[in-house]
Amino acid sequence: MKVLVAVKRVVDYNVKVRPKSDGSDVDLANVKMSINPFCEIAVEEAVRLAEKGVATEVIAVSVGPKQCQEQLRTALALGADRAILVETEETLEPLSIAKCLKAVCDAESPDLVLMGKQAIDGDNNQTGQMLSALLGCAQATFASELSLNDGKAVVIREVDGGLQTLELSLPAVVTSDLRLNEPRYASLPNIMKAKRKPLDVKTPDDLGVSIAPRVTLLGVEMPAERQAGIKVEDVAMLVDKLKNEAKVIS
Amino acid sequence: MSILVIAEHDNSSLKPATLNSVTAAQAIGGDIDILVIGSDCQGAAEQAAKVAGISKVLVADNGAYSHQLAENVAPLIAEVGAAYSHVLATATTTAKNIVPRAAALMDVQAISEISEVVSADTFKRPIYAGNVIATVQSSDAIKLLTVRGTAFDAAPAEGGSATIEAVASAHDAGKSEFKGEEVAKSDRPELTAAKVVISGGRGMGNGDNFSMIYSVADMLGAGVGASRAAVDAGFVPNDMQVGQTGKIVAPDLYVAVGISGAIQHLAGMKDSKVIVAINKDEEAPIFSVADYGLVADLFTALPELESAL
Repeated sequence: MKVLVAVKRVVDYNVKVRPKSDGSDVDLANVKMSINPFCEIAVEEAVRLAEKGVATEVIAVSVGPKQCQEQLRTALALGADRAILVETEETLEPLSIAKCLKAVCDAESPDLVLMGKQAIDGDNNQTGQMLSALLGCAQATFASELSLNDGKAVVIREVDGGLQTLELSLPAVVTSDLRLNEPRYASLPNIMKAKRKPLDVKTPDDLGVSIAPRVTLLGVEMPAERQAGIKVEDVAMLVDKLKNEAKVIS
Repeated sequence: MSILVIAEHDNSSLKPATLNSVTAAQAIGGDIDILVIGSDCQGAAEQAAKVAGISKVLVADNGAYSHQLAENVAPLIAEVGAAYSHVLATATTTAKNIVPRAAALMDVQAISEISEVVSADTFKRPIYAGNVIATVQSSDAIKLLTVRGTAFDAAPAEGGSATIEAVASAHDAGKSEFKGEEVAKSDRPELTAAKVVISGGRGMGNGDNFSMIYSVADMLGAGVGASRAAVDAGFVPNDMQVGQTGKIVAPDLYVAVGISGAIQHLAGMKDSKVIVAINKDEEAPIFSVADYGLVADLFTALPELESAL
């Protein structure tokens, strides 16, 4: 079966971002960019399905500027067979991305779409659910375990109280949680091989998708700064401070 | 304006998370209705009717809604929500699963985890693991929002007497099936609602050592959390994770034990009123946000803390 995996180019997770001086947006000039950690987990899961012989083809897709090709090459180096970039310089929001991915799915008819549960920049946690709605198919979000058999997907999901198991009819959209797997590193030979794998570039216009944003970013600001407090000598002093100064315990 | 709040419940009772969305709805201003979607959920509906300031409770009671499957619940939200200017739900895993699906069905760009209402169409929300607060304005006719529970107080659960109306519409997509669940059982207060939270990290060493955290938690009536490192190492189950990808907490007192304080962990707890860090590494980033820091070995500090309490 065919597996489509969506990847996003985001600020590296170790970078602490700051607003631009005019407060209009986050300052991303000269900041290290990477594949979104949750997307990396989705790619790993797709590659594992291919290694098990369950998936016959893994297609990596990204929606965004030209530089997203780097992240698609990473996905190819990790084991995806080919890649598609829906290229646009426009500001993208989850609904627009989901519409672009829907158009790609219509053309490719994958049996399974894997994606991360959220991107660590916008922290929206929406795109997978939206894509699933647009496709009218089943969804399993926050997956920590996935198994496929007889045209069904059995997914264990991380929910607030613990774990939940669902069985989905295929095609379906599954979004990965951190505990789904441990992504591998791309080896140098695989990085070299990835350069020769096919990467198609399309535009939202080619796909007939309108990506006009509905939500306008008016500005960004730093959250209220927390002052570092004091160091206490020992446990007795800590308890005394909590009781008499902060008054949070009695 | 008319606002619909999606109830968080377990069919028999309303969960407190619903009340945070009611407060956010009051900040927008307008008539507020609550929608209870479930199976044999009369108990939850009756509690929703008692919430202060609610006009009406709508109840969609159908077997297909028993486990809140997104494929079945989202079309109902899209259908009922179409008559409102705003649809709100508290950002629990249930709402995060369903609301974006409903949004796409309504062709609306949802806004996740709002932390402040600026006006009826403008909201603040944390992005980049809470390192930046964005102010965003929606041009959609219907605003679909999830609400960060810790950013809004809970509305009074008593004092109202709303009418209860049944919603007949049933959706059963037949695309997914609930197979089972594994619910972590605990007598301690729920993490996101606890007044005091004590969390352990990699420094705990192993799962057995968490018993020291549990003992202190029992003395304080605290909820127990963990860092991702502690969860990944298998010390504790993942529903205890506090952080960008786990639970967001803002208790009166947060005690971080053996937690270095990575960006992703701070995202889940830095709005706590008072933060205490116990760590033997005095350079640990957690000390830069802690009101009270104790540089000490947790294996001696925790038993001392327990006896001091």
